[in-house]
Amino acid sequence: MINLAQKLTEQEYEKNFAELHPPFSKNSAVAEANRCLYCYDSPCTKACPTHIDIPGFIKKIASENLKGSAKTILEANWVALTCAKACPVDVLCEGACVFIEKNEKPIEIGRLQRFVIENYFHAGMPKLFSAKPRNGKSVGIIGSGPAGLACSGELALLGFDVTIYEAKEIPGGLNTWGIAPYKVRQADSLKEVKLVESYGVKIKTKIRIGKEISFEELSSKHDAIFIGIGLGESFDLKVEGENLKGVIGALEFIEEVKAEKWSKVNVGKRVAVIGAGNTSIDAATEAKRLGAEHVMIIYRRSRSEMPAYEFEFQLAQKDGVTFHFQTNPVRVIGSNSVEGIECVKMQLAELDERGRRRPKPIPGSEFKIPVDMVIKAIGQQTNTDLLGSIPNLKIENGMIVVDPETYQTGNPKVFAGGDCINGGKEVVNAAYDGKRAAHGIYKYLFGK
Amino acid sequence: MIDLSINFAGIKSPNPFWLASAPPSNSAYQNCKAFEQGWGGTVWKTIGEPVMNVCNRYGGLDYNGQKLVGLNNVELISDRNIEDNFKEIAETKRLWPDRAVIVSLMVESKKETWHEIVKRTIDTGCDGLELNYGCPHGMSERGMGSAVGQVPEYCKMITEWVTEVSTIPVLIKLTPNVGNIQIPSRAAKAGGASGLALINTINSIIGVDLDTFELKPSIAGKGGHGGLAGPIVKPIALNMVSQVALDNEVNLPISGVGGISNWQDALEFILLGSTSVQVCTAVMHYGFRIVQDMIEGLTFWMEEKGFNSLDQVRGKSLSRIDDFGNFNLLHKTVARIDQDKCIHCNLCHIACEDGAHQCIDLISENGKSKTIVREEDCVGCDLCSIVCPVEGCISMVRVDDGKETKTWNELVADFKKDNTELTWEKLRAFQKRYGIEIH
Ligand SMILES: Cc1cc2nc3c(=O)[nH]c(=O)nc-3n(C[C@H](O)[C@H](O)[C@H](O)COP(=O)(O)O)c2cc1C
Ligand code: SF4
Ligand code: SF4
Ligand code: SF4
Repeated sequence: MINLAQKLTEQEYEKNFAELHPPFSKNSAVAEANRCLYCYDSPCTKACPTHIDIPGFIKKIASENLKGSAKTILEANWVALTCAKACPVDVLCEGACVFIEKNEKPIEIGRLQRFVIENYFHAGMPKLFSAKPRNGKSVGIIGSGPAGLACSGELALLGFDVTIYEAKEIPGGLNTWGIAPYKVRQADSLKEVKLVESYGVKIKTKIRIGKEISFEELSSKHDAIFIGIGLGESFDLKVEGENLKGVIGALEFIEEVKAEKWSKVNVGKRVAVIGAGNTSIDAATEAKRLGAEHVMIIYRRSRSEMPAYEFEFQLAQKDGVTFHFQTNPVRVIGSNSVEGIECVKMQLAELDERGRRRPKPIPGSEFKIPVDMVIKAIGQQTNTDLLGSIPNLKIENGMIVVDPETYQTGNPKVFAGGDCINGGKEVVNAAYDGKRAAHGIYKYLFGK
Repeated sequence: MIDLSINFAGIKSPNPFWLASAPPSNSAYQNCKAFEQGWGGTVWKTIGEPVMNVCNRYGGLDYNGQKLVGLNNVELISDRNIEDNFKEIAETKRLWPDRAVIVSLMVESKKETWHEIVKRTIDTGCDGLELNYGCPHGMSERGMGSAVGQVPEYCKMITEWVTEVSTIPVLIKLTPNVGNIQIPSRAAKAGGASGLALINTINSIIGVDLDTFELKPSIAGKGGHGGLAGPIVKPIALNMVSQVALDNEVNLPISGVGGISNWQDALEFILLGSTSVQVCTAVMHYGFRIVQDMIEGLTFWMEEKGFNSLDQVRGKSLSRIDDFGNFNLLHKTVARIDQDKCIHCNLCHIACEDGAHQCIDLISENGKSKTIVREEDCVGCDLCSIVCPVEGCISMVRVDDGKETKTWNELVADFKKDNTELTWEKLRAFQKRYGIEIH
């Protein structure tokens, strides 16, 4: 990179990546819990993709049965700490809280859940569940992200012998490597890994399927396989100059930040992030917090089509990130590394198949912006290498097709869940998929 | 393994949580649903004389936005046909043999009437009877309910009528609307009772409507005193339970009732001597499902404390109860403020200034207010730490060395020994000796 942003002091990094929402004290948690109405057949529970019994766990905070509260939560969700901190609660549980209909502040479900689970880990993770006796069957799990962890934990409770195969050195998948550090720290994610391990799940790291072990061999070792590999590399922009130094995929960039060695992460003075999903917001705010002077998000449609959540958009604005809507990159400029980006203005024309207006370049509206770094955040590709090696998988639009009840793929022995079947949703969706798939596997092997 | 089961005067129950005789235990449908969710027993809604209820029979008390801290009612006993009740009690017991089914009774004060209903009730196969000497309204005017509980002679007499024909345990449910709860307890014991249940509701008026001048609840413009239940009655119930538990003349198992909403409340009753606990208002507010947290919370607490049966827990706090005259006068504490935790609301200052002994100074430091305790003037009343909104910010710190003790009773005895009277002057001299200064 030509213009590197000035490095910050350790204190500055710590401050910039400090948690967005402070934890509850016990008094405040109990007071907030008592504000909850303890609704029956509650809308918040329905809105949670893992259907945590929310009034149930909140009532237990009110009675200071914190262990019981943790049990209620973890019964439904194996990665409840990450979810408590990273879930878009405004559009899930809290968005459904009955207080909203009363025009009042919804119950802070996410923060209460976090209070309970942090307390649970702080108390040394006491055993909450007893596993069924060993059933003699073994399952191989590819990927230790939220889907893989949830599936493994649940399978262990059902009596299976479970081994997770993880390509990276540190397990946890996106929970460990993909969520902005001011939301979730690596240490949080690793606690959830430990929790699953405590029920007997084995994790083999630095094992890539197709490299260290072939899928065939893996398949011959286990009675069933679960795929929870998420997505692959960031999509290319498909423009000239893409290979210049200083062009990086959002996921790769976020991963560097997640290692929490902030002074080692190089970031340009001026950064352009292409795309306006939640990942691009993360990349943009992280670049800003690393010391970049100007960070802009470039998006080909308008604000109303932007896939990022409203609160994420606001967070980026608060961080001073600027937005170029209806703008599309046509060329990355530079001789060796990035020096600028050439964009074109877009107009929105007829509706596409998803009901969004199709963006079209306005001829002659090209303009150049000087930047030192370009982050690609227009989505991720399927991991075709790995999936191609698995016989009989059915893949549509880059997603593995599964039975919606059992999560079984076209190959009866193989199950899948998480981003690789939905194209990229929330952690909480992956957690639910993994858990349900475990029961699908049970049904497949034991017929019930 | 944690065992929550109890044996209450021969009545067995898998856990100590029973529905109190009240609307939630009104029918087979409700009691069976409650058992499904885990309740260990039920006291069937009182059956007996023909009655008819009125509309708007409850009044709720909210406090600072918290709903239903108190519930007032002018409800009578069961207004369902008594034959239906008998049938449903028998059916419920048949379906749930391991749960405690106790039937609450109230009829007019005639021996034959009592004999008749007791026999018919026992025929249902239920595990025990509970005689309702408690309702403070509606039934009492007809010479039943608290009209019985308030007169020890009636209490004993009716209990005798019942115990002379009953083949199953008989509990007496007492009214708290008396001066000394030990007196009706002893009368019940003398009448042959196997156990006691307390408290029933407390005589009360829950509120007045400032626009219409009607009482709450208003029954076509009229109202009257009713029976108060719910979280606010718990302290009164705890005291009464402990008084009965400590009375050696009574010595009967106790079913604690009044303001129990969760396992912590229940545990307090158990620590003060209750064998089982009964719940009404909390179920009326949230439904039977609350028992799940009750069972789990109690189990986890026992696990954590290393108890495995309730026998090890019951009455554990009774030995802590003593008369004022036996408290140590030399026990000395002062309030200490953790300045790092203080959020500068200054509530401790104004509480001490206007409501206690004027020893928390409010000073200004860099334009910010700061509260400082003058420890030498602090009488250790605890008010500031009670009003402070921050956990662990004000603590009451013990400053006596704990070596010497002197109770009021000992002090009076000392003076007696010296053949002198206790005067203000002498008391001052005693305080001075121990550096106690009260201004
Ligand atoms: C609406 C209502 C009806 C009641 N009916 C009876 C009754 O029929 N028989 C009885 O013994 N107690 C009756 N009670 C008293 C309860 O059994 C219980 O003693 C009292 O409500 C205190 O417990 P709580 O604070 O858990 O509600 C009634 C209470 C309420 C609120
Ligand atoms: S909807 Fe809101 S008030 Fe109701 S149970 Fe859920 S969190 Fe509590
Ligand atoms: S609670 Fe049920 S019975 Fe009572 S007034 Fe409301 S609807 Fe009627
Ligand atoms: S009441 Fe507590 S928080 Fe408020 S000023 Fe006093 S010490 Fe500080």
